[in-house]
Amino acid sequence: MDFVRREAPYIAPKVDVASMMLHVMAALIPAALAHVWYFGPGFLCNLIVASLFCVGGEALMMRARGRRPMAAISDYSVLVTAVLLTFALPSLTPWWVTATGSLFAVIVAKHLYGGLGFNIFNPAMAGYVVILVAFPMEVNLWVAPRMGDIDYQYLTLLQTINYTMTGSLPEALAFDAVSRATPLDAMQSGLRTMLTYSEVRTDPIMGNFGGRGWEWISNLTLAGGIWLLIKKVIRWHIPAGVIAGLLVSASIMYTVDPGSNASPGFHLFAGSTILCAFFIATDPVSAATSPKGRFVYGVGIGLLVFVIRRWGSYADGVAFAVLLMNMATPAIDYLTRPHIVGHARRGDRE
Amino acid sequence: MSAPTYDLGKLHGGLRLPAQKSAATAMPFQKVPVPSQLVLPIAQHVGDPSHPIVGIGERVLKGQLIAEADGTLSAPVHASSSGKVIAIEPWPVSRRNGDNAPCIIIECDGEDRHIERAEVPPVYDSLPPDVLLTQILQGGIVGLGGAVFPTAQKLMQAVTCELNYLILNGVECEPYISCDDVLMREYTREIVGGAQILLHALNLDIAYIVVESDKPEAIHKLADEMAEVGDERLVLKQVPTIYPSGGEDQLVQLVTNLEVPSGGLPTDVGCLVQNVATSAAIYEWVFKHEPLISRMVTVTGDGVAQPMNVVARLGTTVADIINFVGGYTDRAEQLIIGGPMTGKTVTTDRVPLVKATNCILVLSEDPALGPEMPCIRCGECAEVCPIQLLPQQLFWYACADDEAKIRSYGLTDCIECGCCDLVCPSHIPLTFDFRMAKARIREMADEKARAERARLRFEARNERLQNEQDGRDDELAQQKETAKRAGAETIAMIIKRSDKDRGKR
Repeated sequence: MDFVRREAPYIAPKVDVASMMLHVMAALIPAALAHVWYFGPGFLCNLIVASLFCVGGEALMMRARGRRPMAAISDYSVLVTAVLLTFALPSLTPWWVTATGSLFAVIVAKHLYGGLGFNIFNPAMAGYVVILVAFPMEVNLWVAPRMGDIDYQYLTLLQTINYTMTGSLPEALAFDAVSRATPLDAMQSGLRTMLTYSEVRTDPIMGNFGGRGWEWISNLTLAGGIWLLIKKVIRWHIPAGVIAGLLVSASIMYTVDPGSNASPGFHLFAGSTILCAFFIATDPVSAATSPKGRFVYGVGIGLLVFVIRRWGSYADGVAFAVLLMNMATPAIDYLTRPHIVGHARRGDRE
Repeated sequence: MSAPTYDLGKLHGGLRLPAQKSAATAMPFQKVPVPSQLVLPIAQHVGDPSHPIVGIGERVLKGQLIAEADGTLSAPVHASSSGKVIAIEPWPVSRRNGDNAPCIIIECDGEDRHIERAEVPPVYDSLPPDVLLTQILQGGIVGLGGAVFPTAQKLMQAVTCELNYLILNGVECEPYISCDDVLMREYTREIVGGAQILLHALNLDIAYIVVESDKPEAIHKLADEMAEVGDERLVLKQVPTIYPSGGEDQLVQLVTNLEVPSGGLPTDVGCLVQNVATSAAIYEWVFKHEPLISRMVTVTGDGVAQPMNVVARLGTTVADIINFVGGYTDRAEQLIIGGPMTGKTVTTDRVPLVKATNCILVLSEDPALGPEMPCIRCGECAEVCPIQLLPQQLFWYACADDEAKIRSYGLTDCIECGCCDLVCPSHIPLTFDFRMAKARIREMADEKARAERARLRFEARNERLQNEQDGRDDELAQQKETAKRAGAETIAMIIKRSDKDRGKR
């Protein structure tokens, strides 16, 4: 009897890229629902716009590169980019802003570098930074979180859709009536106007520990991240590094001068720290690759986030921190190569 | 009673794989009867092929030497049953994926008559170790864990080193394979006895018999036997069930916490590793003068009607063995010699059972995995690599054919265990790619060596030509000198002579 010729091993892998990406998106569903709850249906409008343009951009680029568009789209990595970009956007974002970010992320940051696996920069963060620099007004227009105790104007679904499509509010509403500084913005500007940390914290949007709404989005993001760790879709090194880097630097500053520095807990749960630690920095393609290297990479991001928030001109800084550490990745990879079994350890040489 | 697990070293990575062993161990092992024909390759070991010493038409007896060791790392081959040599010709063999290699073909007479056994000294410990080693050499015994390194040569190399431990490898970590497990249960005395012979031959005081934790019955039997023998030099160790703990270097690391140096041998860290089956084969040869002519083999997989372990004579074809276990099922698509992680597929079941064959695995083909995708650098491969390589980086440089980088990232240290393949979400055949890259590196090294040889030859030729030229120049100068010194008289004579010569014409 005759048989086929194959190469060892003959056991098929149980994992695939598409299921990893689906896991990542599933893990973000609770946080997305919290986002909608606190900041309105704009999140969903942005998600639709971002998904359309990300997928469209990818199809276009695959075609231009002479490949089958579905070969790339079916791994869902482009949808993860859309989701992450959406999480970075304020719920009220005109469609062209979202579209610009999406197209830049997919066309320039991803496909011009060779597509999945070859991009140096995290596509979602690259796209976000471009619109952050190009449309500072639009990208900083955060609405107030849903708060029972404060009377605020909230947009209906139709008004939100209208804003997304046209970039204009209903006539009766002024921007000031709906927008509100994010806790991080309020904290940064508050501390810089010589208010103390405890004075800034009296603002009701500061919530219990990380900002109204934001702290709950962060909690649910954390839950999703822990689920990914359990499912082994991500490993602990990068999240631990990001959190350690941020907590250590924030703790030192807070201990030295608790009046003019935000508490480490606030840094952790305000803004997108948790999202960054578990979902953005863990993009394997643009991260360092050895286990030790990943921890170092995470610590670098954590430190940079703190530095930008404390001394920089952006309130959050996650996107810049990630992109800067993306640049450092080759060096980190080179310097953190693990000891190969059977070779002399670094200390043994002398 | 179970063996204590203690003093274990650390092994990086590895995988817990579904064992798939119970199908074959569910029933007792059986002996395959003498087939009508035996096919014995003359190269069943690493190293140079053995040299046939029987002629076509010659009658041979079971246990008779039919090919003697010839050259480096060679091992003899014995007839595994009685009969007539009908051919010495190329035949498909498993180590070449079913391509041909020279084999001695014996038509069995079915009588299975044994050659008269030489008188065996009852007490092996009275023999000096070197005599014992020479004796082992003649038994045709090779490492039965899969590497088929001639055992005697391995021992001879080992006695020149400073040794601390003998390690008997009962860690059968690859899925499906259970022949060593069954051997440890059924041939416990032989394994323990073999260990004692090895200790004597190596002049050692400690032998660790190491078994994986998923073989409680084997551990139990071994512990009982060792208690009965009461030899304090023998220590039973149990290790966790993680693939690839059974690799030679990995086992040394696990047992002693010492790393075998890159490119080195376990003897560099004072260890000698032998498979439990090899130990049993040594016992059979030393005590009963039975050379290595049969072995335990696992026949399993969803392509086999009745999976089981069998003892079969070397040279029995896979087709005969499969017939014995009830034939194929209709799912039989891949025929693998060895395990599912490191085995080799063969294209035909005409290949014979050889010393290296520990498993005959017949599987259906896995459904298509979908196309190979780009590496997303998730690093799972690095998490499971027992050598702590970075397969993702190696893959990158292997694609770029960057030899210097590939080397510095340790490609040559890759043991091809296949762990990285199994965790790769992009379904990249990493192990295969690394095998290819290794072959390319070897090729490049060969080419370099060839170029170097050519360069030396060219330089030598140039030098020779130059020397010859120099020689001629010297001669000419000398002639001129002589002529000058000889003066006009001689010149006139020479001219006259040449005129005469011309006149003759």
